[in-house]
Amino acid sequence: MSETPPTNELVDEVVVRPGEAHDLPPTPAAERVEMNERRAQQVVAMGGGDWAEVTARAATEGDDDVMVINMGPQHPSTHGVLRLVVTLRGEEVTSLQPVVGYLHTGIEKSTEFRTWVQGVTFVTRMDYLSPIFNETAYCLAVEKLLGVQAPPRAQALRVLMMELNRISSHLVWLATTGLELGALSIMLYGFREREEILDILEDVTGLRMNHAWVRPAGVSQDLPDGTEDKIRAFVADMRGKADEYETLLTNNPIWLERTRGIGHLDLDRLIDLGVTGPMLRAAGLDHDLRKAQPYCGYEQYDFEVPIATGADVYARYQVRMAEMRQSLRIVEQVLDTLPDGPVMVEDPKIAWPARLALGPDGLGNSPAHVRHIMGESMEALIHHFKMVTEGFKVPRGEVYVPVESPRGELGYHVVSDGGNLPYRVHVRDPSFVNLQSAAPMVEGRLLVADVIAALSSIDPVLGGVDR
Amino acid sequence: MSADTAFQPPETLQPVLTGLRERFPEAVKEVSGHRGEVTVELDPAHLVEVATWLRDHPAARFRLLADLSGTDYLKLDDRPERLCVDYHLYSFDHNTRLRLKVRVGVDHPHVPSVTGVWATANWHEREVYDFFGVRFDGHPNLVRILMPEDWKGYPQRKDYPLGGVDVEYIDAHVPSPDTRRYKGGWTST
Repeated sequence: MSETPPTNELVDEVVVRPGEAHDLPPTPAAERVEMNERRAQQVVAMGGGDWAEVTARAATEGDDDVMVINMGPQHPSTHGVLRLVVTLRGEEVTSLQPVVGYLHTGIEKSTEFRTWVQGVTFVTRMDYLSPIFNETAYCLAVEKLLGVQAPPRAQALRVLMMELNRISSHLVWLATTGLELGALSIMLYGFREREEILDILEDVTGLRMNHAWVRPAGVSQDLPDGTEDKIRAFVADMRGKADEYETLLTNNPIWLERTRGIGHLDLDRLIDLGVTGPMLRAAGLDHDLRKAQPYCGYEQYDFEVPIATGADVYARYQVRMAEMRQSLRIVEQVLDTLPDGPVMVEDPKIAWPARLALGPDGLGNSPAHVRHIMGESMEALIHHFKMVTEGFKVPRGEVYVPVESPRGELGYHVVSDGGNLPYRVHVRDPSFVNLQSAAPMVEGRLLVADVIAALSSIDPVLGGVDR
Repeated sequence: MSADTAFQPPETLQPVLTGLRERFPEAVKEVSGHRGEVTVELDPAHLVEVATWLRDHPAARFRLLADLSGTDYLKLDDRPERLCVDYHLYSFDHNTRLRLKVRVGVDHPHVPSVTGVWATANWHEREVYDFFGVRFDGHPNLVRILMPEDWKGYPQRKDYPLGGVDVEYIDAHVPSPDTRRYKGGWTST
């Protein structure tokens, strides 16, 4: 235990602010080479047949103290199908290799064979803990290519849903991290509150996850009646719950022992490794895309970017807890200032399928629309058919659109050849990039029990890593 | 790529682009803009020196390699260098973004690795190698990352079919998804 009792307040004295005079020297060349060489020594790919090779190599190296352990890909502590090959000398970790790819489903390739609207249903399945962010980033990219903007109400609703989603994502992080470090109560609490958010998301979108709710140039459905009150009740409730979590953990000696000073990586190394999001802010860099390059009208809302300077697991905990509170602030402000108006652009060529209605057989075209195309207008039927089968065309060009997801910069690089199908959709998933920091965070510094704490502080979601 | 006709780069990027043209006249092939994003196409041979300059020069300071992605231009234009690697850079200091682009042909798909400039490029380059077959010279361990290591071919190239895996049942053969039609039995188109 340290002498100075930690507080709930985040330190903001030594904060680095972008644009101000600060100097981030590049990583010294020698260190960089050494790091790369260490990477090069042995690489395990996902086939699995390489295991005999790995152990044989360990055996022939002639050091009886060295032990190679395989964790995963079905280990509950690895947050999904992540495999770790850990080399130990006693309890000390000498090398750690994340092996990924077990959840690869070719989503990027699949989007090239579907229309622009259908792409939403694919991308929402990547990072399954933050689906709304995937949908929004993809739709912002399509909108940028089209040169259209979603109506103000749709933008505000996207912000509302993204911030609720951010809280639910951080809650899963809090719950699973607690579970892995033996704090079982926080696991139950975290999932309990997440369930309430999923209920709200289900009310609005019809599904608990994989929503496909955000569409190019708008959103598919407005808020149903009564949801606003439900969200307000949740926000009021959640503030108290966040206090409860902090009472449980922030000054808890066991929690501090397990998290303080663990998984430390300095700011310079983090930037070099491309790490973004809460991990970067926990190392003292005041960088949040919602402030730096606002989208969806984030500049209208009053919120702070939480910063900590510990650059360890505890600092990442501090930042994520504070981010949840800030998200609650944004949610409240969105509800207070929610503009009236449509949630989808007027152009009927792009707007389909937005005017849906719930019938006895599920969500579908509204009875009015069906009456119109089947009974009143031949042209409307032809248009409907063309829009359903072909979709709309997007002008030739390419864009890169990033948003601030719960894990960092989620970027969509979308290329269009001018047709009705995307030519190329590449996703810069923050989990994929951040996972690279696992090895330097652990190797030669940590004991095997701390690997779990360090890894969970990265908060990787393998659906996003493998795509 | 389709550039806006009267392309005017944002003011914050002007010194960077001027500096690039002065310092590396032989490396910069084309500067274009589209939807407010600036793209600089480079000669692959000079990629590493330009990248290092962009990372360290006070006017640029692109400390973050935000994204590195590949694209196959087979059906987009007629240039023989159909494989393209895009580098999306971000500068915390100037809050600017810049896209670098290098193009290589499939017969000699070699691009110098930027892992020595930005460590984050390691997995990104493995991914582009995995899906497009671009060889990054100087990469410490260029092996497949998401596909099984004994996979044949590069799945995201445009001449690689979707799915691409035929499925065999005991009495039937189902062609890969993008080539099949069901006409009372699976047939390939």
